[in-house]
Amino acid sequence: MNLSDHDLALKSVAYRRSMLRCIKHAGAGHTGGGLSCIDILNVLYNRILRVSPETFADPGRDRYIQSKGHCVEALYVVLADRGFFPEEKLQTLCQYDSPFVGHPTRAVPGIEHNTGALGHGLSVAVGAAIAGKKDRRDFRVYVLMGDGELAEGSNWEAAMAASHYSLDNLIAIVDHNTLQISGRTRDVCSNEPLDEKFRAFGWQVQSVDGHNFNELTAALAPCDDIRKPRVVIANAVKGKGISFMQDVAKWHHGVPDAAEYAAAMRDLDDAMVHLARTIGAGK
Amino acid sequence: MSAPAPSMYSSQAKAMAEKLGLKMGRANLEEFADTLLSVARANRNILALTSDSRGSGKLGPFAQALPDQIVELGIAEQNLVGVAAGLASAGKTAYAVSPACFLTARALEQIKNDVAYSDQPVKLIGISAGVSYGALGSTHHSLHDFASLRAINNIDIVAPADNLETREVVRQSADRRIPVYIRFGKAPLYDLNATATVFELGKSITLRAGTDIAFIATGETVIHAILAAGALAESGVTSRVISMHTVKPLDVQAVLKAGRQCRAIVTVEEHSVFGGLGEACAAVLMQASISVPFKIAAFPDEHTVTGSQADIFRHYGISMEGLACRAQTLLRQDAQ
Repeated sequence: MNLSDHDLALKSVAYRRSMLRCIKHAGAGHTGGGLSCIDILNVLYNRILRVSPETFADPGRDRYIQSKGHCVEALYVVLADRGFFPEEKLQTLCQYDSPFVGHPTRAVPGIEHNTGALGHGLSVAVGAAIAGKKDRRDFRVYVLMGDGELAEGSNWEAAMAASHYSLDNLIAIVDHNTLQISGRTRDVCSNEPLDEKFRAFGWQVQSVDGHNFNELTAALAPCDDIRKPRVVIANAVKGKGISFMQDVAKWHHGVPDAAEYAAAMRDLDDAMVHLARTIGAGK
Repeated sequence: MSAPAPSMYSSQAKAMAEKLGLKMGRANLEEFADTLLSVARANRNILALTSDSRGSGKLGPFAQALPDQIVELGIAEQNLVGVAAGLASAGKTAYAVSPACFLTARALEQIKNDVAYSDQPVKLIGISAGVSYGALGSTHHSLHDFASLRAINNIDIVAPADNLETREVVRQSADRRIPVYIRFGKAPLYDLNATATVFELGKSITLRAGTDIAFIATGETVIHAILAAGALAESGVTSRVISMHTVKPLDVQAVLKAGRQCRAIVTVEEHSVFGGLGEACAAVLMQASISVPFKIAAFPDEHTVTGSQADIFRHYGISMEGLACRAQTLLRQDAQ
């Protein structure tokens, strides 16, 4: 599957629409962070990961673990698009007896690990990556973390182990949107500079624009000549794509009311119109 | 010259062990390490994970014999358990070996979420459990582990009473799909099951028949119940001794039978009086409307007395003498 950047851009608008629709329907969800990481998920699932509904049980599949589990709505939407389950099922988000709860669980097809409490995904990814090495399989393990999440000390235990075992089959992505529930991460409890910290822990570090498909693709693609774990610091914008949600902490788990929802959909309609024009102009 | 370590057994208790024909075995820790090595030799998928605990886990020979099957993670128990879950997710049989005190407290959230909730059949091995580290103080004691893990869905809890139970639980755990926590100490133990016994997780072993008092004990306290039963027999009291090696899932039928058939029950565990085997048995009996004189022999809700494991056991009456005395008190209560 070779999707152009334009194809991915169209998908991202559609993903944002679906995500907001199901959050609105459920009356709950992590809106800002989902909008922030959806372009990363778009690139992962449409360009990078060797995984599909048919190969999900294959021991050689690539793994994706979403450590920032609260942004599960973004993951649900992308998994639905990739055929893991029909998108209509997302109408049951957060409802009685639905597998689509507010954090990832393995009850949902396509989800590798139950997350929700922060600071867990990287250790689990390290374990899966060590297993890959032991079994001489060439799968890669991708894990997405939030920048606020990096305050959890367990991440740094895992970061040490990953470089100790030279896990070049492990790629961490930090959704670096600089906001967490209480405000700016640097004001809550600063963990900058992240790049230097990861370097000091023995990782290969790359910083990219978290909404640029080209940069994300280049950074997330396999790389055979680096013999260490890699981290991609994806500089992203919380609430990306919705004018009044962008870079505003209150949208961490804000649910739009009717007027806000209509305004958000208008923003996405405008984005679609803009994309149609750019393709018309040969872009 | 250092002072000799205080014995877990009084001279009378040692004499009773001899009278009962019990032979001193070795520490469950050593039995565990040898068994794990033997099962791992036959199955390359088995990995031992340590948190700078290969020495305290007696896993030096394992590391030498099977260097590709040991994963050292340093003093980082949260990561130890998370990594074990990740290995299990990729088909590995992971034994995470760490002192019980750290494994079940510091890494509790990883046990809850990455192992139990995520359905990863990790084997959590709590070494030097209970008050095995005696004089090192309460930071190194695990008197909370049954309680905290009992409240977590989808994990079995096992405390083997002797070398045979240890060997069996380690062997049988390898293929189990349910996560399991196995805890034991490092002091040498008498062998209890000299005759061939079928060991099955979740199914208690009745080591001695009787109907006056029932001792329902777990882990390394079972021997003290056996010795107490021997002492009580000398005054004509018959004791049922049940090794409840699996604290969860509890062998409910054995508890109910003891409640219906015996005049009184003493539960015994190297754990807090709160949330452990005793309260589990009490809940079973109460909910079946069985009323029987009942005592939990365990560690009270206080700062644990200082001293060696033997000192602490003696202080709280987890001994032949202490348990026999509690049984007599209950039987007097029953007679009134």
